Amino acid sequence: MKDTTLVVAGMATLAAGTYAFRLSGQLLRARISFPPRARKLLEAAAVILLAALVATTALTEGHGFAGFARPAGVLVGGVLAWRKAPFLVVVIAAAGTAALLRLLGVR
Amino acid sequence: MSSIWGTLERGVLRDIGLTCLAVAFIGLSYGAIAVASDLPLWVPAAQSVLVLAGASEFLFIGIVAAGGNPIAAALAGLLVNARHLPYGLALPEVTGRGWRRLAGTHLMNDESVVFALAQDDLPRKRAAYWVCGLGVLICWPGGAVLGALIGSAVHNTGAFGLDAMFPAVILALIVPDLRERMTLRAALAGAAVALAATPFLPAGLPVLLALAALLLLTRQRPSGATPEAGAAPETGAAPEAGATPEAGAVVEAGGKSGDHPVGAL
Repeated sequence: MKDTTLVVAGMATLAAGTYAFRLSGQLLRARISFPPRARKLLEAAAVILLAALVATTALTEGHGFAGFARPAGVLVGGVLAWRKAPFLVVVIAAAGTAALLRLLGVR
Repeated sequence: MSSIWGTLERGVLRDIGLTCLAVAFIGLSYGAIAVASDLPLWVPAAQSVLVLAGASEFLFIGIVAAGGNPIAAALAGLLVNARHLPYGLALPEVTGRGWRRLAGTHLMNDESVVFALAQDDLPRKRAAYWVCGLGVLICWPGGAVLGALIGSAVHNTGAFGLDAMFPAVILALIVPDLRERMTLRAALAGAAVALAATPFLPAGLPVLLALAALLLLTRQRPSGATPEAGAAPETGAAPEAGATPEAGAVVEAGGKSGDHPVGAL
């Protein structure tokens, strides 16, 4: 971690902004009607951001490829999640797959 | 407090308990991942208490750990947390008045909102909201700190596959949302954009660039031209056709379906 002050500033921004979102909906209730499409788009934006984070953290390290073990583990976890496996199983299977592949010499 | 326990049915309390347990497990992985990404323990500890919204915290530490700008990471996190605004629109009265509102507002998250929406009357909505909210307030930071302590003890994170945990956790959290085809398509497009940009752009930026995929969604639904019903399978009763949408009904649609909206927290 390079710059502690900047990280603290980022954390404060996220915390304060999140609280503001939580409060403003309650306060605005009487005054505005929130179109469903806008709500849908907000929700989709969140999913898109998180999906992009999944893709980049699974496949890349720095500016390059992260190797095969990690994305393989994530893939196993994803398939299990899709099949509604319990959260704990998903996480352990993902980590376990990556660890096993590395043990076998796959990078 | 005793009135709160009396208000809620036992089944609801059990479900809230299980949910909080799941939150604690996600918190465990959150804390472990944060320290495995070379962030000090106080970062996940403070975030889990002060932000108290898991998906955005994961996004934040993901971008910061990759070397991205923390302010950009915070803005990305805020985009994820913007959904709390419609939550407040849907449940303006569960927090209470005065200091209760100020405190209760912080407890607003996917779980507390879902459980509150599922109750029939205001006293039960309020009880479910507070019990679940306080449970998450205990379990999320508790899990995060414990996870960070465990993670600090593990030195070779690669050998244990801990680096695969982070994307797997987030993937597991968004799978319920990805079952909707349009969202899945946009998410895949966004992921492709981010991956393509990673070799060339500074850390953190590619993830934000993925938002370009939102264009897929806005373009698919031209306003007024085609009837909405065919285009998107809405979760619940979304009165799109002409009538002015009631703010309350809006979020109801997301909450009722059992599958939690984005991020489980």
